[in-house]
Amino acid sequence: MKVSFSALGCGLLFGAGLALSGMVQPSKVLGFLDVAGAFDPTLAVVMAGALGVLVPAQAIARRRATPLMVPRFAELPRLRVDGRLFAGSVLFGVGWGLSGFCPGPGIAAAGVGLRDALWFLPAMTAGMLLFRAWEMRGQRKPVDETGIPVTAEDHRTAGS
Amino acid sequence: MIGLASAALLLLNGRVAGITGIFAGLLEPGRGDKIWRALFVAGIVGGAASVALLRPQTFQFELVRSPALLLGAGLLVGFGTRLANGCTSGHGLCGVSRFSPRSLLATATFMLAGALTVFVGRHLLGALP
Repeated sequence: MKVSFSALGCGLLFGAGLALSGMVQPSKVLGFLDVAGAFDPTLAVVMAGALGVLVPAQAIARRRATPLMVPRFAELPRLRVDGRLFAGSVLFGVGWGLSGFCPGPGIAAAGVGLRDALWFLPAMTAGMLLFRAWEMRGQRKPVDETGIPVTAEDHRTAGS
Repeated sequence: MIGLASAALLLLNGRVAGITGIFAGLLEPGRGDKIWRALFVAGIVGGAASVALLRPQTFQFELVRSPALLLGAGLLVGFGTRLANGCTSGHGLCGVSRFSPRSLLATATFMLAGALTVFVGRHLLGALP
């Protein structure tokens, strides 16, 4: 319950920050990415400001055994630097440069009813579902020897 | 504010404020932790909507992209961020602030790819305003 309230509070602050900083304005983001033309550095300042808060916060988190409201910090997946990371970041960067939206501002702007974000967000969601389908390719629903699909619960345990 | 929000989510709930991961978790059937995810996403919308109400000029700007382009870009962003396991918030802020090598590489890559895309579209082809 408490955790839900704090998630909502953090979301509110995050969304207001995105709006006030101009991250929801695609033309401003495109100006930030346009290093060879009408470069607009304000978003670099926004990012630096956010990092200025986050770097000390991470240092505190490293020193604390537990967060304030739940028993433990969520474990981060231990992944290597690999082709997926690189390829995914290239695809994301190209989409970002084409539209001026990344996921957070896309959600915020679509929620406010901004026309361009209303095109962008469903496509982004579809892209995520497409990734899921692609990742699950070949993993057909397991069936037992009689051909009856294993129940959802078994399936979940098997997959985890 | 973005930094404070991410710091608070980390120190209170022990969660990384990565929008891609939080949002994508809502698309997974059978996940038990959808409530805080949904509330965080609702908060983002609520926060932006509050600004839109109090300062309408924040959302008054010119839109320069065609629907077809936005649809294509959305697909790329959705697929790419999942493949890379993070976006501007998760890699660019949370990961970089931990000096994670993966996040530093991802952030440099998507910024460069974004800048190159704008360069090609705007200056080489002159196709995108």
